[in-house]
Amino acid sequence: MARLSDLTEYERNHLLKMCEQAPRLSPKAWVDARPLSKRRVAIISTAGLHAGTDPAFAPGEGATGYRVIPGDVNPATLKMSHLSVNFDRSGFRRDPEIVFPLSRLHELARDGVIGSVADLHYSFMGAPFPPTRFEDKAREIAGLLHRDGVDAAVLMPV
Amino acid sequence: MSAIGHYLESEGIATASISLVREHTEVMQPPRALWVPFPLGRPMGVAHDAVFQRRVLKALLGLFERESGPVLENFPDDAPADAFEHAMDSGGEACPVFFDAPAAVSGSARAAALEAEIAQLAPWQALAAQRRGASALGLSGQSPQALGALLVAMAEAASIDATQWQVLKLAIDDLRTYYEEAAAAQPSPLASAELEQWFYRRTIVGVLLHELRAAGVAHPDAGVRQIAERMLIPRRVLEASPNSQ
Repeated sequence: MARLSDLTEYERNHLLKMCEQAPRLSPKAWVDARPLSKRRVAIISTAGLHAGTDPAFAPGEGATGYRVIPGDVNPATLKMSHLSVNFDRSGFRRDPEIVFPLSRLHELARDGVIGSVADLHYSFMGAPFPPTRFEDKAREIAGLLHRDGVDAAVLMPV
Repeated sequence: MSAIGHYLESEGIATASISLVREHTEVMQPPRALWVPFPLGRPMGVAHDAVFQRRVLKALLGLFERESGPVLENFPDDAPADAFEHAMDSGGEACPVFFDAPAAVSGSARAAALEAEIAQLAPWQALAAQRRGASALGLSGQSPQALGALLVAMAEAASIDATQWQVLKLAIDDLRTYYEEAAAAQPSPLASAELEQWFYRRTIVGVLLHELRAAGVAHPDAGVRQIAERMLIPRRVLEASPNSQ
C-alpha cells in the first residue's frame, strides 16, 4: 500500500518533489559479501524511538540527534516521538515489532540465520532534507557499531 | 534512510534498508534495499504476525549475500489482512466507544465533557497496556486528564505562546495514543485509517485539535505555523474532514 497512488495528493506531490531534489550519492559504497550466518546485526530506525527514560525528540533534531536502544530492551516499553502525523502509528501501538523487529532478529539468530544480534541499536527521528544532513551522525554511529563488533545493519524507515 | 545506508557502508558497515517509497530509493540508490508494499509506518507489514514479519526480515537479510550492488528488490506480497482490524459499518456503530458528534459547548462544560470522555476510555486503555506489555503512552509525563485540561486551556486562550507548541505536540501524541489504544482494545476494533478519522473527527479532543490548528496556521510565528500546518492533524484527515483548513 506504500505506493504513491495510494497516498493523498498532497503526500504524493510532497514525495515526488523530494525525488527531484534528492542528492545523488557517490561514490557508491559496497562492503563485500560474507556469510549471513557469520554476521552480527544491528537495527537502525528513523521512527523516533527511544526508551521511556530518554527525552523525546524535538523539532529540528531529525539529523542531529539519535537515541541508543539497548539490545535487551523490552520493545513494548519503547516510545515513539516522531514529529510527523502522516504515517500509521496504530501498528506500533499494538505491536512494536512492526517497526522495530528486535524479537524477530533474536529468533533468526537462535535459528542460525544470522550470527548474532548487536548489543546496541539506534534510532533517528524522521527524514531531514537534504538527507546528506545525516552524514556526521551516521559516521559517528558507524564507529560505535564497529566497537560493538557489528558488521551489518538493517535500516527501518516509517 | 538511503543516505544513512550510504554513509554506514562507506565506513565499512554493510547495510540493507527497507524501502517504503520506491521512487526515493531508485533515485538515492542505497547499497541494498527491499521495497515493501506496506503502509507508511509499517515496515514489517502487519502487527502480531511473527511468521510474516520473519519472512520480510529474512528477505531483507538475504540481500547481504549479494556479490554486487546497488540492489533494489521487491518483496512479492502485500501484508496480510490484520486479524485485529475490521471495517467500520456505514454508521460507525461497530465501534463501542463511538461517541456522538461532540456538542458545540465551550468553557467549563467542554472541560467536563472531555474529562468524562477520557474517563470512559480508561478501562479499555488499561486493557490495551496489559495486552501489549506496556502502553506506548508517556511522552509528556502527564496524565490524560491533565493533558485534556491543557488542551482545553490552549484552545480557549486568546493567544498561544510559541514555546508551548512542543508541549502541545507531545500532549497530542499522548492523547492520541491513549484514545486509540483504548479503542483498539475493544471487541472488533476499527481499522487504523478509521480509527484515525474517529479520533480527529468524533471526539472532543479532535474538535479541540481542529480549533488549535486554525489558531496555529494564523500565528505570527513561522515555526508555529509550520507545526500547526504539518504536525497536528494528518493530511488524510484534513482532506476528508469538513473542518479542513
